[in-house]
Amino acid sequence: MIVASLGQPLLYLLVLGFGLGPVFQKAGNGSYLQFVAPGVIGMSVLFTSVFSGIGLLWDRQFGFLKETLVAPVPRATVMIGKTLGGATVATIQGLLVLAICLIAGFRPVNWLTLPLALVFMIMTAIVFAGLGVAIGSKLQDIQGMQLIMNFVVLPIYFLSGALFPLTDLPTVLNFLTRIDPLSYGVDGLRNIMIGTSQFPPELSLAVLAVAALIFIALGSYSFSKIQI
Amino acid sequence: MIRVENLSKKFGEVTAVDNVSFEVAAGEIFAFLGPNGAGKTTTIKMLTTLLKPTSGKIEIDGLDPAKQSNEVRKRFGIVFQDPSLDQELTAEENMDLHGVLYSVPRKLRHERTEMLLTLFELWDRRKSYVKEFSGGMKRRLEIARGFLHTPKILFLDEPTLGLDPQSRNQLWTHVKNLNQSEGVTVFLTTHYMDEAERVAERIAVIDHGKIIAQGSPDELKRQTDTDSLEAAFLRLTGSTIRDEKAGAADQMREMARMWRK
Ligand SMILES: Nc1ncnc2c1ncn2[C@@H]1O[C@H](COP(=O)(O)OP(=O)(O)OP(=O)(O)O)[C@@H](O)[C@H]1O
Ligand SMILES: [Mg+2]
Repeated sequence: MIVASLGQPLLYLLVLGFGLGPVFQKAGNGSYLQFVAPGVIGMSVLFTSVFSGIGLLWDRQFGFLKETLVAPVPRATVMIGKTLGGATVATIQGLLVLAICLIAGFRPVNWLTLPLALVFMIMTAIVFAGLGVAIGSKLQDIQGMQLIMNFVVLPIYFLSGALFPLTDLPTVLNFLTRIDPLSYGVDGLRNIMIGTSQFPPELSLAVLAVAALIFIALGSYSFSKIQI
Repeated sequence: MIRVENLSKKFGEVTAVDNVSFEVAAGEIFAFLGPNGAGKTTTIKMLTTLLKPTSGKIEIDGLDPAKQSNEVRKRFGIVFQDPSLDQELTAEENMDLHGVLYSVPRKLRHERTEMLLTLFELWDRRKSYVKEFSGGMKRRLEIARGFLHTPKILFLDEPTLGLDPQSRNQLWTHVKNLNQSEGVTVFLTTHYMDEAERVAERIAVIDHGKIIAQGSPDELKRQTDTDSLEAAFLRLTGSTIRDEKAGAADQMREMARMWRK
């Protein structure tokens, strides 16, 4: 599953990194591959973690959810377990994409501090796995999944600065990018990986921590209210 | 052990359970009988914290399932009518996961898993994935899993659905044993009257969400002036078929009628 889902980030990396590279460079922003690598890592962490949470829908469809819901384990514990499980898979996915980026020619500013990128991957993964479980507890059928993809996951991705710098944007767009938690995840990764960023990394980390708490609280609440 | 007062559940316009009251004493085997769509599963879901009642009161071992859910969940085991296994795990892994969820100590977990999978003739297939199982094998695994921890109350919602006679026999013998040796209270539903007559000490007949008769199998026969539980059941609930899940035979009859026209 993990290997199969590496296709998409790879595609983004190749097409964007090499396709848009010349345009980006002409505009005076340096190498696009360097710029976009943290974004592609953020993207794969986002997708993997949200969909691991939404995987709750499969448990519901195949009936296994009932078994978890009648077990004498507090529902909040089950929810946090699911979130951390999803976040682990997503973080591993992020590391694999980082490896691919390095193979494709990405070079970090500092090899010694590169492991710190893991912190931002983990935090981003927890935020969106929590969001995934919160959504998954509410979803009743597969049709809802397409809606979530189009109206939640893709906007989070495109508004995060994964693909373009968050500078000189129209006010509305600027606002939307600032309330998107992924902006801070990607920006934090950029700070560590290429040494430039929009926000101070401490701020990014704090925003991610708050977002994680909010989504976990929301997820625990909606998970504890499930009726089937 | 179970006390239900004026319990109702509405799904929009449909009243699935309509002002139902009954009691099940500790150590009793109680059967809930009724035609398709009568409200049996809905009642079980409310008793087992899966659904919130629209109105009415439930006590499980003196506790309220809506408020003290986790305490209530510690007290019962359940075999669902619908599938509830993790298809992506093996038979053994499903058992093990259940044991972990119910904090059954590891050693006991393994002993009981071996005993139950052997009893329901799944031990040789313990390493196979559930998705590769036949319908009856899945059913047997659901039952074995339900017996892994020893609860105070056991809910069995049509446990023998799709089982061969050998497995049914195993199941009911095991249920009787548990009831006698451990004093487990049993709440069961079934569409097989012979099973109900064999194991249940007391029966409630539910139809259209309402309980229409209660008593021991003999009392029900006396009340309806019939000589078998099947006849008593038909007298109480009428012989028309409920449109939901009408059996294949009924559909054939329907088809035959259409052809004749
Ligand atoms: N989630 C739901 N939403 C809407 N209606 C429901 C829901 N669950 C059950 N019902 C309705 O409630 C009624 C009772 O259903 P229930 O499953 O309790 O019947 P049952 O006695 O278990 O029947 P069976 O013998 O077929 O299992 C039916 O009319 C059913 O359509
Ligand atoms: Mg039912």
